Amino acid sequence: MAEVTYRQAVARGIAQEMERDASVVMLGEDIGAAGGVFKTTEGLLDRFGPERVRDTPISEQAIIGAAMGAAMTGLRPVAELMFSDFFGVAWDMVANQVAKMRYMTDGQVALPLVIRTANGGGLRFGAQHSQSVENWAMAIPGLKVVAPSTPADVVGLMAAAIRDPDPVVFCEHKALLADKGEVPDGEHVDELGRARVARTGTDATVVALAAMVPRAVEAAERLAEDGIELEVIDLRSLVPLDVSTVLESVRRTTRLFTVEENPRLCGWGAEIASIVAEEGIYDLDGPIVRITTPHIPLAANPVLEDEQMPSVGRIADTVHRTLRATA
Amino acid sequence: MAETQAQPRHAELGLTDQDVLDMYRAMLLARAVDERMWLMQRAGKIAFIISGQGHEGAQVATTWPLRRNHDWLAPYYRSIASAITFGMTAEDIITAHLAKGDDVSSGGRQMPGHYGGAPYNIVSLSSPVGTQVLHAVGIAMGAWARGEDVVALTSYGEGTANQGEVHEAMNFAGVHRLPVIFVCENNGYAISVPLEKQVGGLSVAARAQGYGFPGVTVDGDDPLACYAAAKEAHERGRRGDGPTLIEARVVRLTSHSSDDDQRRYRDPAEVEALKQQDPLVGFGRQLRELGVLTDELDQQLRAEAKAEINEASRRAEARPEPDVSAAERHVYADGEA
Repeated sequence: MAEVTYRQAVARGIAQEMERDASVVMLGEDIGAAGGVFKTTEGLLDRFGPERVRDTPISEQAIIGAAMGAAMTGLRPVAELMFSDFFGVAWDMVANQVAKMRYMTDGQVALPLVIRTANGGGLRFGAQHSQSVENWAMAIPGLKVVAPSTPADVVGLMAAAIRDPDPVVFCEHKALLADKGEVPDGEHVDELGRARVARTGTDATVVALAAMVPRAVEAAERLAEDGIELEVIDLRSLVPLDVSTVLESVRRTTRLFTVEENPRLCGWGAEIASIVAEEGIYDLDGPIVRITTPHIPLAANPVLEDEQMPSVGRIADTVHRTLRATA
Repeated sequence: MAETQAQPRHAELGLTDQDVLDMYRAMLLARAVDERMWLMQRAGKIAFIISGQGHEGAQVATTWPLRRNHDWLAPYYRSIASAITFGMTAEDIITAHLAKGDDVSSGGRQMPGHYGGAPYNIVSLSSPVGTQVLHAVGIAMGAWARGEDVVALTSYGEGTANQGEVHEAMNFAGVHRLPVIFVCENNGYAISVPLEKQVGGLSVAARAQGYGFPGVTVDGDDPLACYAAAKEAHERGRRGDGPTLIEARVVRLTSHSSDDDQRRYRDPAEVEALKQQDPLVGFGRQLRELGVLTDELDQQLRAEAKAEINEASRRAEARPEPDVSAAERHVYADGEA
């Protein structure tokens, strides 16, 4: 096991797949000589050459559209959108073209491509550089959606995403890029649609994603000092969604909290809450509580942004207050 | 036959000595603001900075013909000098970068480099690049619909010129002969990607022909050439003769932003050589040749810019942080009627 950063894990996962499969190619802005604006593609140009690691003009529609055309004819493109906010620029290609082509052609066309993107807040980048948009992609049938929280998951899920026969939106969280973690030696391939129990506990289940996972774990450590043991589930993937791990955990803890970075309305936590209400209602001993960013855009100012996003303190307080009130 | 004394170049363009000195002063102030913000970013006071160094001559000169508080500016993230020329103060800009609660652009909401402000007729740009180009077209269309004599100038880099929106904007403006000035500040790099990997045919200006309006390439290090092109474009727009595309060839003296190091993707010798094309140096030399600027006056103007930036930084830093209650304000119009 070697310790690598989250950002190094991105390049490592892609390199692993490019090494074994010549049909894997990359395209995006500044992914070549610059090594990616977040340094997540460092070294790949030197290793695989400009034919397979292609810098593009600033043209998000062209990046996704060209990746789609290449995928139709047998390549496995890994396309980068520099910031997930820029999905807006290319949303027709993503939501109307890439997502629906297999269905509309009755299965004649497959699009085994990955759209990688830097997602999430905390860097003081304001409303159009900080969004968590995984729930945008989740709402479109035909897309798979992955958002890892650890370097090992970045490598394993990146490999799984590249090997997957369907288009996968791969959300790399900007605030986690410097985080370190151990990654298994040798080839590492994970599975899409399987959640990970990040911390075991008996008193409540907390479901989180990406940058909210370490915050939920830290909140759990805080509450452990008060004798409250939280089970933290890292969903890792929204489509496919690992419902059974969540339901099984709730069966034991009888309580459910979700922690979401995206704005509150129609966040993925609402989907989890709805599923548990439908399928696990008799296991619950208290209300399902969603901890989210309010239904507002993120601000650049640190005072405002910290107030907006779920913090360790807010997670711990909300869980503590709810458990006490409904004990 | 009596010899006619040739007029100095700026006088031929209708600019007085004071005008060109004021242009130079705006360039100096923009550079001082820019350098100060780098310092503040490195000191951890600003999250991020995206620089306009090397673009000042083109920005001041293309913005100069616009009428303040009458015409409109839809700038981009390097437009420090354009914003200053169109009325924003050094203090406004630094306050916005510090995301203070009362910053004129966004009340602490926008990330650095997003120039704008209703009092100045400057449209806040968006982070996904190229959107402002369409907004300028809409502003011009609105003015045309109301019968108003208004020109909209929008600026962007050659990297942004490749976005689909820019094609749509130029075609729309061409079809409706709208009073828009498209200013493409071509510095040869989109972050790390060089011109030959961005622009098929290597000329942005040449594209205008396809949309049915003039496209001109000017030396962005020559403010008077930029002014001449912008003045003509402004007059064309006001006459109802439609848009103009100006491609100003400029240099990017710094890395793209505080988050990258251009020595990783540009030859260090090339980066060093760019300093020879610094528009501040070139324009200073030109003004000396025109007899408008002396070394003494230059020193005085630089000292004034420094004093202004020191005072602006001091005041901006002393401004209040936003109250946390502001986080939820202005998502909708509730309670503002």
